[in-house]
Amino acid sequence: MTIKRGGRWLLLMLALWVSAAMASTADHTRFEELQGPFTSAEEVTQACLSCHTEASQQVMGTRHWTWDYENPHTGERLGKRTMLNTFCIADQSNEGFCQSCHVGYGWEDDTFDFTAETRVDCLACHNTGDYVKKGGWAGWPNESLTDLVSAARNVGASSRQTCGTCHFYGGGGDGVKHGDLDSSLFNPHRELDVHMDAAGLDFSCSTCHQTEGHDVPGSRIQGTAVDAHAAITRGSQEERNPATCQACHGSQPHENGTHAQRLNEHTRALACQTCHIPEFARGGVPTKMEWDWSTAGRLDEEGNPIQIKNENGYVIYDSKKGDFVPGENVVPEYLWWNGSTTFVTAETVIDPSERVSVNTYHGTPGAEDSRIWPVKRALGKQPYDTVHMTLLKPQVAIPGNETAFWYNFDWDKALQAGTGLAEQPFSGEYDFVETSMLWPITHMVAPGEMALACASCHADDGRLAGIEGVWMPGRNRHQLLDRFGFGLAGLVLLGALGHGAMRFATRNRSKGH
Amino acid sequence: MSERLYLFTRFERFWHWSQAALIITLLLSGFGIRGVHGLADFETAVRVHETAAWLLIGLWVFAIFWHFTTGQWRQYIPTLDRIGAMVRYYAYGIFVGEAHPYRITVERKHNPLQRLAYLGVKLVINPLVWVSGLLYLFWGSVRDSVPAWLGLEQVAGLHALGAFLMLAFLIIHVYLATAGHTPLAHIRAMVTGWEEVHDESQVKHPPRAP
Repeated sequence: MTIKRGGRWLLLMLALWVSAAMASTADHTRFEELQGPFTSAEEVTQACLSCHTEASQQVMGTRHWTWDYENPHTGERLGKRTMLNTFCIADQSNEGFCQSCHVGYGWEDDTFDFTAETRVDCLACHNTGDYVKKGGWAGWPNESLTDLVSAARNVGASSRQTCGTCHFYGGGGDGVKHGDLDSSLFNPHRELDVHMDAAGLDFSCSTCHQTEGHDVPGSRIQGTAVDAHAAITRGSQEERNPATCQACHGSQPHENGTHAQRLNEHTRALACQTCHIPEFARGGVPTKMEWDWSTAGRLDEEGNPIQIKNENGYVIYDSKKGDFVPGENVVPEYLWWNGSTTFVTAETVIDPSERVSVNTYHGTPGAEDSRIWPVKRALGKQPYDTVHMTLLKPQVAIPGNETAFWYNFDWDKALQAGTGLAEQPFSGEYDFVETSMLWPITHMVAPGEMALACASCHADDGRLAGIEGVWMPGRNRHQLLDRFGFGLAGLVLLGALGHGAMRFATRNRSKGH
Repeated sequence: MSERLYLFTRFERFWHWSQAALIITLLLSGFGIRGVHGLADFETAVRVHETAAWLLIGLWVFAIFWHFTTGQWRQYIPTLDRIGAMVRYYAYGIFVGEAHPYRITVERKHNPLQRLAYLGVKLVINPLVWVSGLLYLFWGSVRDSVPAWLGLEQVAGLHALGAFLMLAFLIIHVYLATAGHTPLAHIRAMVTGWEEVHDESQVKHPPRAP
């Protein structure tokens, strides 16, 4: 009881502290600059910049703006701008649609001016309502759903709402891509996410992804798989990712219970997420576990696109996209990861005779620089060039140009247009290849009491059945030794029984002793 | 004419039976942890195994102290004297009703085979189980200070080897406990402390604590 009451007090104090911290000294509704009227969103940005003079430059240095990233290990050109995935496949040639999630205005094609400060979209992350960016507007807000004056006057810190508007919908819909990010996290309950719990700690995304100068830390593209350090001390100037579990909890976080020490020792091999996110897609929103583009384009008798839903009301076929397998409460796969990930890009030559891993998580079983991580493995089937042996970038989402797949259901045109705009060589010959892609599971952290039990892994067919590099009692045993040991015991028992039987048979020859 | 001999003091009996219970508990829970059976879930098995292990360690510390302060450790000094007769007795004599070749006294309450077997337990099996078990228990702290060839896999293997040897000993021990002049004679002695001795000349002393 005392512990519970103490916990409640702690939460209350934290809530007070958080609300105090959020209380701004500036009431933006009273700022003259923000009274409007604004004839375009760019004017809002201009108004912001009149006080926040460095904001645009800061944003323009981040991946939220560039969608571009160079793998520090391999020099690969990564980032959304050029990357491929197994869901919506590629951004290039679809910018007009996909860039609704760009923190800018008007990125429609490669003529976009990445140096234009007023094209930075402050409101995307700092609105508190009345602001809607939708697919198809190249990042401009929808005029009918947006009230620029209200949005500008009511700016605030980023929130689960602002971040989630894009990050919960990656891959073209709610929960599609990640598995641990979907709309259920707008207003999560405690069991879904113990930190974001709207009635409890009520973390926003930036509580963990603590941002300096608009540069949001923490990314799947190159992750922080190992962080074997104590919690980051406030004020310290360490160059550490503040979004890891250890950044707050340290690497020896278990304090209570008879197994605390043992659990702390597990951190040598396990990511916190492995035990503390028992399943993903737990909030009632399914994630796409499989996406088969090869069946897309099937139309009804009148030539109209169709959608087929399963018994739960989830789309499992869409003429625009193909077949889906949705998954809820999914048990992750597990693998050793050192944070480094490499990707198949549009230049990578693939072997279509086997499933193509669009990304590869690197790590060494048992090594100090790796941990066992939970991942979502999404399966795909997507177009590739049968001559160049490369994954292809189709144009799917741009209406009115007779080429995009969603409006013409013609792969030849969609691939010709997409590869053309992406400047990707295309032979004109294509087929579909099975693919897979991994996503780290790190959100939807469950309360401690829902963490995995020992026997989830310490068992013959446990969750870590195929994981190398660790000796796990309950999973591992020495076959030969066991055969010897039980053989020995069996022989001894047999001998004893035989001896006893002979004693019994000869009992009458006893002479009274 | 039979007389009674007070062989096992209260502490010895307490030591024996609590050790028996703990060892059986450890064998059962240990093989559960190893995944040989599923009688208890892994976490429970670990908890039981650890608790029993600490109790047994405590008991052993006590028993070692007791053996040295009472001088009873001498009961385990090995001897080859008449060992051939013992082997011959178990292999043949016991079936034809020969008299037991060994005469029990309070000073020498174990026959030569028993002495060897118990010494083996004390000098081989127990240290093997104990050392490997403590390494296992504190692996997180000691892993960096042991030689590289000694991984958790090897520690687990040594510990299991100890367990198998203990299991084999337990089976023989339980069986031979029935090999008195009646099947329950030795067992009764271990419960009451009194062994019935059928040779009056053996009864030298009234009951006393050694």
